[in-house]
Amino acid sequence: MELINLALKAIFVENIVLAFFLGMCSFLAVSKKVDTAMGLGLAVTFVLAITTPLNNLVFHYLLKEGALTWMLGDTAQDMDLSFLGFIAYIATIAAMVQIVEMVVEKFSPALYAALGVFLPLIAVNCAILGSSLFMVQREYDLVESTVYGIGSGIGFWMAIVALAAIREKLKYSNVPPGLRGLGITFITTGLMAMGFMIFAGIQL
Amino acid sequence: MNKETKAILVDPLHLKNPITLHVLGICSALAVTTKMETAVVMSLALTFVLVLSNISISLLRNKIPGSIRIITQLAIIASLVIVADQVMKAYLFDVSKQLSVFVGLIITNCIVMGRAEAFAMANPPLKSAIDGFANSMGYAIVLLLVGFFRELLGSGTIFGITIMESVNNGGWYFPNGLMVLAPGAFFLIGLMIWLQRTLTPEMQEEEN
Repeated sequence: MELINLALKAIFVENIVLAFFLGMCSFLAVSKKVDTAMGLGLAVTFVLAITTPLNNLVFHYLLKEGALTWMLGDTAQDMDLSFLGFIAYIATIAAMVQIVEMVVEKFSPALYAALGVFLPLIAVNCAILGSSLFMVQREYDLVESTVYGIGSGIGFWMAIVALAAIREKLKYSNVPPGLRGLGITFITTGLMAMGFMIFAGIQL
Repeated sequence: MNKETKAILVDPLHLKNPITLHVLGICSALAVTTKMETAVVMSLALTFVLVLSNISISLLRNKIPGSIRIITQLAIIASLVIVADQVMKAYLFDVSKQLSVFVGLIITNCIVMGRAEAFAMANPPLKSAIDGFANSMGYAIVLLLVGFFRELLGSGTIFGITIMESVNNGGWYFPNGLMVLAPGAFFLIGLMIWLQRTLTPEMQEEEN
């Protein structure tokens, strides 16, 4: 029950794009067509589901205060490497994205064709690093961070597909010249964020 | 100052603004602007990181192999962000608590990566430093403007000093709660883009 609650919260209530503004760059840039938005959403969910739990392990077994005792014994009791967090997480993410890209290319050419262009972009998507940082800040354990990673991925996926669908329809409307493109996209996203606020307070 | 330097310095403020034209670095621009104080601190942190990362990447630009340049850039940027974060935790603890994960997210702030990739990899250190500074200022202007309106309309204060006494404290101003929440930020940036592009029509886009 706790876990379902966590997932629901990550998808709707605290949607990573619409409530925390993470991954905005790609959210705005790759939402012109529903097809590409689907591809990016899938890729982000995939990478989030892998990197969030992996960074959880990195934090608990390498960086946390006294985390290295399993390797170095009692001498490591006072070692606190958590200040190295940022560089460790981003390195994990960049490396994982590279590995995922190679594995997908080898074993599933169809999936690679769908995700191919987006995977390298994802290493620098703030949604990925952001959920790892939130995971550490909120002290999730391994299972919780897996659920949280998948949940935020689905939240991102849903939001970007919805925005792409709206933008496809927007092509046929007469938007004031100054608002065309970026401006109207921001206003639309604002309205979507308002829509998502109705989920606030939902709890199982 | 010759023409080229001037263009590097002035363009990012308005015509080539990283946020309103290139849509870079939006995440933090929206998230830290509920108050002026956080917006200022965030702008300073980004200036520090962007100028230094541009200088160091520009110095190394002939040594970095093309195939692993992204991860090299990320490593440099991440180290600089760690320094900024530690300094903030030591001297501005309250603000760094409010900024929470967004200091760390400077690493993936597209402005830093974008400038490294587009400018520092191809230009000498001094020019790159100027470019980094100018782009941080372009970012700071947008952050401060958005922060100004969000704090003023959302809670009636500027830098925590009361400008319009809110109803809760016995004043007359009814705070607009929407401004403090996420949608308010989107609307404000959307309206700013609208205003900017109406004033300078050459920035307008052809289609939706």
